[in-house]
Amino acid sequence: METFAVYVPKLLPEKDYLAPGHRACIGCTEVLAMRLVMKALGRNVIVSNATGCMEIVSSPFPTTSWRVPWIHTLFENASAVASGIEGAYKIMNRKGVTNKKPKVVAMGGDGATLDIGLQALSGAWERGHDFLYVCYDNEAYMNTGIQRSSATPFGAATTTSPAGKASIGQTRWKKNLPAIAVAHDIPYVATACPSYPFDLIDKIKKAASIEGPSYVHVLSPCPTGWRHPGDLGIRMGRLAVETGIFPLYEVENGKYKLNMDFPKLRPIDQYLKPQGRFRHLSDAEVQIIQKRVTEEYMKLKSKVEA
Amino acid sequence: MTAEKFIGMEGSLAVAEAVKLADTDVVAAYPITPQTHIVERLAELVANGDLNAEYIPVESEHSAMSACLGSSAAGARTFTATAGQGLELMHEVLYVASGLRLPIVMAVANRALSTPLNVWGDHSDVMAVRDTGWIQIFAENGQQAFDLTLCAFRIAEDRRVLTPVMVHLDGFHLSHVVEPILLLDQEKVDSFLPKIDFPIALDPDKPLAIGAFFVPAVYSESKKAQEDAFRATLPVIREVCEEYAKVSGRKYLPVETYRTEGAKTLLLTMGSYSETAMLAVDEMRDNGDEVGLVRLRLWRPFPFDDLRAAVENAETLVILDRAISTGGPPGPVCSEIKAAMYSQKRRPRIVGFVGGLGGRDMVVQEFINMVKQGRELAEKGQGDELQTIGVRD
Repeated sequence: METFAVYVPKLLPEKDYLAPGHRACIGCTEVLAMRLVMKALGRNVIVSNATGCMEIVSSPFPTTSWRVPWIHTLFENASAVASGIEGAYKIMNRKGVTNKKPKVVAMGGDGATLDIGLQALSGAWERGHDFLYVCYDNEAYMNTGIQRSSATPFGAATTTSPAGKASIGQTRWKKNLPAIAVAHDIPYVATACPSYPFDLIDKIKKAASIEGPSYVHVLSPCPTGWRHPGDLGIRMGRLAVETGIFPLYEVENGKYKLNMDFPKLRPIDQYLKPQGRFRHLSDAEVQIIQKRVTEEYMKLKSKVEA
Repeated sequence: MTAEKFIGMEGSLAVAEAVKLADTDVVAAYPITPQTHIVERLAELVANGDLNAEYIPVESEHSAMSACLGSSAAGARTFTATAGQGLELMHEVLYVASGLRLPIVMAVANRALSTPLNVWGDHSDVMAVRDTGWIQIFAENGQQAFDLTLCAFRIAEDRRVLTPVMVHLDGFHLSHVVEPILLLDQEKVDSFLPKIDFPIALDPDKPLAIGAFFVPAVYSESKKAQEDAFRATLPVIREVCEEYAKVSGRKYLPVETYRTEGAKTLLLTMGSYSETAMLAVDEMRDNGDEVGLVRLRLWRPFPFDDLRAAVENAETLVILDRAISTGGPPGPVCSEIKAAMYSQKRRPRIVGFVGGLGGRDMVVQEFINMVKQGRELAEKGQGDELQTIGVRD
């Protein structure tokens, strides 16, 4: 730990472009992820932010946490807004109005990305805009009171997928957006988690350096919505990776690379047990999840070896 | 293309010519009906290198207007076009464009709304967006659609305005009809329309947070400030139209009239039907009937003073609406004019008709009938029921 304290400040860029003083919940790892993303990106960016937790906690007028140009308009259109900004800078460069070339970065939560904003995102990917999209995935509509999204994992209780006598909570498996991104043949797709800050920073830097669309899907444990103690967010992220339910990987020009592999995955109940949203699950239901996680992990590994 | 010579041109293509002459930077548009040839022509101009612009072929109108938000906020001259269902799909984004004070210009080929499916012209889409905070100007023919598109860029981008503008041209009756049109020389356009200089653009060297949320303690003040600024655009709109008259010889006013001198009865129309109404006025005047026509050009900001001045001396004002305000006062234009006249000591008796829905043609005789029926209705006082014209029972 001591060695870490010596080296970390040298490894991380000192300057923060997301200022402290935001209004995120105690223990929020999403805002931590966003801070790291902004550290990695530096100052030459324009951010298009979808409505959601990160927009709300960083922007009540007349305050802002943003030290870079930032625009928020609506919930489902961050990628379309980013398309416009990118197009504008492209033509302004071509006409000699400016020679600045800021990287355009769109961001949104899982609802803005996997649900309501998927069409706009797919359109922007297909058109090949030079922009990075970062999804901060806390696996439900947390800002509005923990409603299920298509990123909510199987078995999780939310306010619109409550567990009860007749339901185990969320009855569908999580939508695999990185796979959908890969299917668009975009040059760079990666998963990341703020529990692995250096991996996250490296991926954001790589994604931003690539011309064309890139996508980074960041799992962001949410103590409020996942119902675990506020000091367990980082551990939850680590357990998500170590159990294999959220593997860290990259897909560069279609080639898969697993960034962190384990000789033996931790059993999934180590990840599920501390979270109140899974508390109601029976051992049999946990085994269903275990089976699925193992299968998906092996499927991913087979893509890496291919 | 050389100017100062009439060219047979579809209304849509005339708008595209104006967008080209304006040296527009970014066009973001969704292509299918209810779209028009405007964006097809622009795509062609870009493809041929005649217009140096970024053409963003978005996947929906929602994204079209969203891309326009980004482009305009980055400081680029931005245009899009849509109509009908497309305008409806943009709806929530329209409020953002005006709230953020982004000088986007959009041509709207006014059309009906589903259901039943009908892609032809009326003003249902226009009326659904009248409170979105956009300046809304109506063209009556292809020439005006061309002229007003050029004016729209200068109005929108004026620092006293910084508000998006819709140029309304009636679907099919204007968008798809070939008319003789006078274009303008590039030099004249350049002298009229300066390069865009958006003062609050997204720029890494001048970081700005655009689109923060406003709590109840400040939201009302912000909307009031927007409203004050919006109303203050009227003199600028007038000024820009005067400037345009200097380079083109064609002058536009918020409210225009036709043969209203001494008229006891006035017709009021908005959009392409005013030309048919003019023929009706001519015919009635020839028969000794003192009828005139008032053409409402500026729908937002509503030109209260101009409108009052134009109609206050008449005995009867007969208004044609091309949209139904379902279950409400008969016709949005009529009810707004009634509201505008209520406080006036001198005011005509006002009656309203709804017609020309979903591309239904209205011929000269129908305008004449409308005036006759309108006078009778005015005599006995129009009730709350919807009066239609040219509609079978």
